[in-house]
Amino acid sequence: MPHSTAIREDGAMLVDAGNENAHMETTEVTAAPVSEGNGESQESNGLDNDITMADVGVEGANIPQIKDEAKPDLKLEDLFADIDSDEEFPSSTGQDMKVAPSSPPETNFHVGPSSRASDPEVMRSFYQRLFPWRYLFQWLNHSPTPSKDFGHREFAFTLQNDAYLRYQSFPTFETLRKDVLRLMPSRFEIGPVYSTNPRDRKTLRKASAFKPIAKELCFDIDLTDYDDIRTCCDKANICNKCWQFITMAIKVIDVALRDDFGFKHIMWVYSGRRGAHAWVCDKKTRLMDDQKRRAIAGYLEVIKGGAQSDKRVNVKRPLHPHVARSLDTLKSHFQHDILQDQDPWETDEKFDRLIKLLPNQALKDALRKKWSSAPGRASKAKWADIDVLAKTTKGLDGQALLEAKQDIVLEYTYPRLDIEVSKKLNHLLKSPFVVHPGTGRVCVPIDTRNLNAFDPLAVPTVTELLADIDEWTESGEDSKDGKRIQDWEKTSLKPYVEYFRSFVLSLMKDEMGTTTKVKREQDDNGIEF
Amino acid sequence: MIKRDINRVDANRRTILNPARKQFATKAVEGEYTHRLNFYKDTPKGDITLEQFEQWAIDRLRVLAELEACQFRNKNSVETAAHMKPLLDKYLPLSASTLNSPSIQSERQKDHYSHFILRLAFSSTEDLRRRFARVETSLFRIRFQADDARERQSFVENMGLEWETVGDEEKMALSEELRAAGGGYPKRMEDESWFKVDWEKVPELVEGRRVFLKGGKAYVPGREQLGLVVPEFNSRLEKALEVTSRALPRLDEDDRLTPILNHLSQNFTTPDASYNSSTTSLHGADISARNVDGLSSSFPICMQHLHRSLRRDAHLKHYGRLQYTLFLKGIGLNLEECLVFWRTGFSKITDDQFNKEYRYNVRHAYGDVGGDGNRRGNGYSPFSCQKILMEHPPGPGEAHGCPYRHFSMDNLSALLQQVGVKDQEVLRGVKEDKEKQKFHLACNRVFDYVHKQEIKKVKDDGTWTSNQLETLVHPNEYFKRSYLLKNLDKVPKVEQGDVEMKG
Repeated sequence: MPHSTAIREDGAMLVDAGNENAHMETTEVTAAPVSEGNGESQESNGLDNDITMADVGVEGANIPQIKDEAKPDLKLEDLFADIDSDEEFPSSTGQDMKVAPSSPPETNFHVGPSSRASDPEVMRSFYQRLFPWRYLFQWLNHSPTPSKDFGHREFAFTLQNDAYLRYQSFPTFETLRKDVLRLMPSRFEIGPVYSTNPRDRKTLRKASAFKPIAKELCFDIDLTDYDDIRTCCDKANICNKCWQFITMAIKVIDVALRDDFGFKHIMWVYSGRRGAHAWVCDKKTRLMDDQKRRAIAGYLEVIKGGAQSDKRVNVKRPLHPHVARSLDTLKSHFQHDILQDQDPWETDEKFDRLIKLLPNQALKDALRKKWSSAPGRASKAKWADIDVLAKTTKGLDGQALLEAKQDIVLEYTYPRLDIEVSKKLNHLLKSPFVVHPGTGRVCVPIDTRNLNAFDPLAVPTVTELLADIDEWTESGEDSKDGKRIQDWEKTSLKPYVEYFRSFVLSLMKDEMGTTTKVKREQDDNGIEF
Repeated sequence: MIKRDINRVDANRRTILNPARKQFATKAVEGEYTHRLNFYKDTPKGDITLEQFEQWAIDRLRVLAELEACQFRNKNSVETAAHMKPLLDKYLPLSASTLNSPSIQSERQKDHYSHFILRLAFSSTEDLRRRFARVETSLFRIRFQADDARERQSFVENMGLEWETVGDEEKMALSEELRAAGGGYPKRMEDESWFKVDWEKVPELVEGRRVFLKGGKAYVPGREQLGLVVPEFNSRLEKALEVTSRALPRLDEDDRLTPILNHLSQNFTTPDASYNSSTTSLHGADISARNVDGLSSSFPICMQHLHRSLRRDAHLKHYGRLQYTLFLKGIGLNLEECLVFWRTGFSKITDDQFNKEYRYNVRHAYGDVGGDGNRRGNGYSPFSCQKILMEHPPGPGEAHGCPYRHFSMDNLSALLQQVGVKDQEVLRGVKEDKEKQKFHLACNRVFDYVHKQEIKKVKDDGTWTSNQLETLVHPNEYFKRSYLLKNLDKVPKVEQGDVEMKG
């Protein structure tokens, strides 16, 4: 009974699914024969599981009509000549175009004002027509031919019903894509490469044979960590003013990773709402153990303690070159983005925080008196007052004041990292190019060469993109030099995908360089013997 | 490596078995230890007697156990070094080469051999390996820091680490950065030399921003060698322990070493306080189910809280029962009494339910049921503070854990006041300790306050040595000391202390 074991295994994969879990397990059992009947069971066992999971996932979401559509869809997928037509570049989209007419609900689906990002049909179209599967595959695989780098990589899906499916893995991007289209996860995350295929982990005799061995070094910056100092927005909301915090953070972290640690392949990705992720993809970086990741995290961490702690910046003097360089970068932002745009010390209770961070009681008293008598005095003026009043304060330690001011600049500008993400090899992080379920925005890469121009509010939403395609088609011309134009090329996603492609290409070039060298050496040896 | 005792019956058999060993034994030459420090790269090849084998291992274990206790007590490196010095001098002395002491070689041999014996003893499980590597590394660190500069230098040079000296030109060009990364030192660039290594070799230094980084290379000043050498020591040892663990099964047939090794590793299982009921039993104390209420005034706050919760709710959740059962076992409550205690404590349930759901767990904790290993080991050991602090933080409705750590300050001070600690200064002190995460200190502070008259008395009388009033790191130790202090007149003087070592 190979089926029963497979099902049980899958059931156990539903980590965090909570009460759904029990429900899903039972559905799976009933779903199994169905999938057999589908004529899909000649595929590998692993795929078999996926099919049952697909049905389950959809049922769990209580959206029965999708289930009905899912089945013809699956069959269509099978009709594709996976290998033949896919070898030459663009893949998915071309086929989808062909497929589209035969599955009317899909093509006729137009983005109306009522369609929302979380709408399964919107998501389906996005995954089918816009998601850059091939580049994602090349990015994680580091070579055009499928390898363990991709095959043993963990993917984790968050399904529409919020069930969380861990330890998914796929030999190629076609299987990944197929599964995503079946399960329609609202988003999916990327985990580490494991020593064995994550799907086989339960079949191993020794649990220790299954362990994470490689993953990109990741960073996560989230604007909620700035809530105590940002005045323009709070919680999930952002605007261009507070996005500057992220801009500053990217500048500081990026230069440290490149210049200090010598990393080359660093990709920054907009997290879809109020933050950014960094993926450091160099081979050496991917293979780092937790201790080394912790070391980098510690090196970059300057702000410590929660909002309740008194002084959050404690740096040694003289400043370490990294801190000194960061301070240089941040100073100019401080004047404009903090003092002017955020105006953090406008009211009484707010400037208390500033006074607390300054040395010398006499100076503190003088400032408090001055500011209390002038309510609403702008932060920029208050910041200038410090130096003015310091001149007339007797016995003031100029050095201490300077250092305190430096610390304040750092506290208000230095990147606040969610450091746990960076410390662990086996941490999962949301994949680039998935859609943020709340905002509908695509998690696009950020081109650091043009960092200041990046506007999170201008990042296309999935509905906008689908509208882009429709408009483009209507405007006519389909192909120029005989090559079919990709759907993403018709949309405002184009520059982001192109950036991603060039990033992936340069990464692959570096890695292929090393592997072909090794191969050539092996060949040489072969000749000798 | 073991000299065979001629009187042993099976001596002949072993002679045949070990021609290789014999061959290596002749190679054991005097004067092979040129450095005081040892990276323990080469296995010992000489002969020693069984007595030496055991004695050396026990001496080293004593040192390691104390070292681990220092870590649990949150001592910093200076305090630890000061605390360890007399112990090291007594059990594992290592003199500097410059001293020209006649015992240098034998000291180093003992250090070398005892390390390898303990490797054998502690390579069996991953937990043991990790802890052994950790304490051995900190022992190495203490010794490395105590070494004199020249000797340290020559030791490091012999280690064969891959590093590149930074040339004068580069040094001057980067002088500002190098000095800033070194916290403003050295004042004159000529006074220091730098090495360039892959930053991955010195994660500790990188983490603390104590080195300058450029293009993936860390510029390590000479005085920061510690950060290079210590991780190297640790990683080599971890690897070596893996290898040893795989080789271990081949030792099984030896009926002389295996018992010693097993005994040694058992001693290490909870060195912070491997608590043995025989050393805890209190003469003349009435430890019985009906007396637990009376005794509970001598319990540490964690156990008092469990006791109060039990009395309030007539129930405790799983980890609470486990923590409390083992504690009661530790104070000398026998299994029958313990079952009576829980049966009467869970007053709202039926006998049937008790027998079905709870009885087994209590018996399991006492080693009365369960697997062979559990029965032979007399069940679990009472939890130490370390374990209570680190494992299974209590969730909603659970009463186990350490109140100093797991309670909010408000709830903690309410609880303390309920048990009679009302002094504002003590409460303030506890608050500070809690904020600094020194939970042991908070507990000991409360202990000292509750027993301040008795402690003063025994100190004045000189009946208790300072050793007997050392920091408490085990709830059962807390109880025992509290009980003894409160019953000074009743209880004959019982030897105390040294809980760490006795197995």
